[in-house]
Amino acid sequence: MTAPTLPNSFATGPDDRGFFGIYGGRFVAETLMPLILELEAAYRAAKEDPAFQAELSALSNHYAGRPSKLYFAEGLTRHLGGARIFFKREDLNHTGSHKINNCLGQILLARRMGKTRIIAETGAGQHGVASATVSARFGFPCVVYMGATDVERQAPNVFRMKLLGATVNPVTAGNGTLKDAMNEALRDWVTNVEDTYYLIGTAAGPHPYPELVRDFQSVIGREARAQMLEQEGRLPDLVIAAVGGGSNAIGMFHPFLDDKDVAIIGVEAGGHGLAIDNGHAASMNGGRPGVLHGNRTYLLQDDDGQILEGHSVSAGLDYPGVGPEHSWLRDTGRVAYVPIVDDEALEAFQLCTRTEGIIPALESAHAIAEAMKRAPGMSKDDIILVNLSGRGDKDVHTVGKMLGMDI
Amino acid sequence: MTETRIDRRFAALKAEGRPALVTFMTAGDPDPATTLALLKALPAAGADVIELGMPFSDPMADGPAIQAAGLRALKGGQTMAKTLDLVRAFRKEDDATPIVLMGYYNPIYVRGSEAFVAEAKAAGVDGLIIVDLPPEADDELCIPALAAGLNFIRLATPTTDDKRLPTVLSNTSGFVYYVSINGITGSAAPDASRVAESVARIKRHTHLPVSVGFGVKSAEQAAAIGAHADGVVVGSAIVSAIAASLDEQGHATGKTVPAVVDLVTALSAGVRSARRPVAA
Repeated sequence: MTAPTLPNSFATGPDDRGFFGIYGGRFVAETLMPLILELEAAYRAAKEDPAFQAELSALSNHYAGRPSKLYFAEGLTRHLGGARIFFKREDLNHTGSHKINNCLGQILLARRMGKTRIIAETGAGQHGVASATVSARFGFPCVVYMGATDVERQAPNVFRMKLLGATVNPVTAGNGTLKDAMNEALRDWVTNVEDTYYLIGTAAGPHPYPELVRDFQSVIGREARAQMLEQEGRLPDLVIAAVGGGSNAIGMFHPFLDDKDVAIIGVEAGGHGLAIDNGHAASMNGGRPGVLHGNRTYLLQDDDGQILEGHSVSAGLDYPGVGPEHSWLRDTGRVAYVPIVDDEALEAFQLCTRTEGIIPALESAHAIAEAMKRAPGMSKDDIILVNLSGRGDKDVHTVGKMLGMDI
Repeated sequence: MTETRIDRRFAALKAEGRPALVTFMTAGDPDPATTLALLKALPAAGADVIELGMPFSDPMADGPAIQAAGLRALKGGQTMAKTLDLVRAFRKEDDATPIVLMGYYNPIYVRGSEAFVAEAKAAGVDGLIIVDLPPEADDELCIPALAAGLNFIRLATPTTDDKRLPTVLSNTSGFVYYVSINGITGSAAPDASRVAESVARIKRHTHLPVSVGFGVKSAEQAAAIGAHADGVVVGSAIVSAIAASLDEQGHATGKTVPAVVDLVTALSAGVRSARRPVAA
């Protein structure tokens, strides 16, 4: 077998039909097809419209608090005794994570398309809160689909969404987690195509969602790259981000893809370990290509093509698929994807909290855990850039439970 | 492509001057033996075309009734191999009634499209309806299916406008499945007069028979829709009748087959009463 020909640039996808290599595409019911074509046309027009970009930029600055800081994690660096570690502080954004970047972009798109109702899916509730937030800001009714299991696990976020005026619909189908919430959101969309905008939270789903979510999240990597050059006069040696659906990761990675000397690692949720059947959510390390939720990508599935639920301590990584661009970057070898298990993430969560005074989201703790593995073996002159995608206040109950503490 | 059982059946019904009754149930719901018993009973009860659902863990276009049926089948251990076995067993006794497999792409994709269409054709399958494969993805399965001599039946919906219809119809064969409402299976019943308009609109673009489904539950509705369409599809109502006949553990009972046969007999009478003048 010959090795696949590598592209001159890793940053030009997707193609006209929405594919990154064999991944991506538009695998949806006919009812949605005209809508998705309309969305693509509307997005192309918005992308070229200076007024749209100016409004998004102003909101990002004054409402979301961008640019987020690039922070030298001195305490963690000293503790690990190797490469210098920098955090991109997406945890400091309004609503506490990177999710707001995408929601601001898409709510402006929804308004531009004349839609009058917003629907969204959410796992941990971060995207649900961000969707409810922008819906409140722009005066849209908002319905959030959330697995019944997650509604119970993430009660504070459910209350936040309700305070923001959103309706939270618990989904009891399947196991009541993120994939079931996404199925239910798609059912709502098929039923209410005329007036409803589906605000997808990650860089997955039918084309053009993976592309437009990536574009709205790429502000992370663009800022980080410029900040790194300005503060350190050079690019990092290694960039690390956690991958569930993969929106914070693709947003961080994309502007670095053509920097040959920058190594890139995506961290998947290893859960209880890859050897445990259905005990992890590492679709690229423990799954294979398939078609779900409108795109072809790596999926956790059985031999008969039935989708598995997966497991991660982090509700935000607990999804059996991954954005299609990651699948392509995996196959081309441009990005290495590795698993971090629950216990490693938990250790990183605590270490970061104690050495930096920053409580990271459990999702981000997966990325920090990989930095903990790499930094000691690297030179003190090397730089690791970690995307701190969100704050961890939402996770203190989960962590307390795992540590056997009563909160 | 050569004539299929579906083509022959619709031609025969056109000559009779009545629409087809197209029934749907999920393979393996709640077990393969019950599905086989139902398959064998359906033609005599008046089913002209049988759609057999291939259960999938994530049926994004289906309402609660068909979702539950798929879960029952999967819980009972249904697999694609067992679904094809059911078709093979049915074909030993019935070489005339068309069987259409309906479902989602992933369980086919993991087997490989070429291998799947060859196996399905050999088992006696006549057509495929794959909900999440729009015409933009025809090279995935539609083209291999047509090459293997299977019909590829496409869904047209209220959002499929005149500009898009030719794209949707381009590689469609057997019949066109008009989804009468924007929504999931088993939703509110469609308005017969709007259905008439929509069928007429589709017929301006194709000579294929047009069957109408989503939300048809009673003999009266079947008659009303059948007055304007070449076929009436009933799914959720049949699947719900199966569900209602099960015992507390979800197992089939002595009532399961009779419950479905009674419903299909009534629907068949409805469809037959829809007699319309033979098109000039």
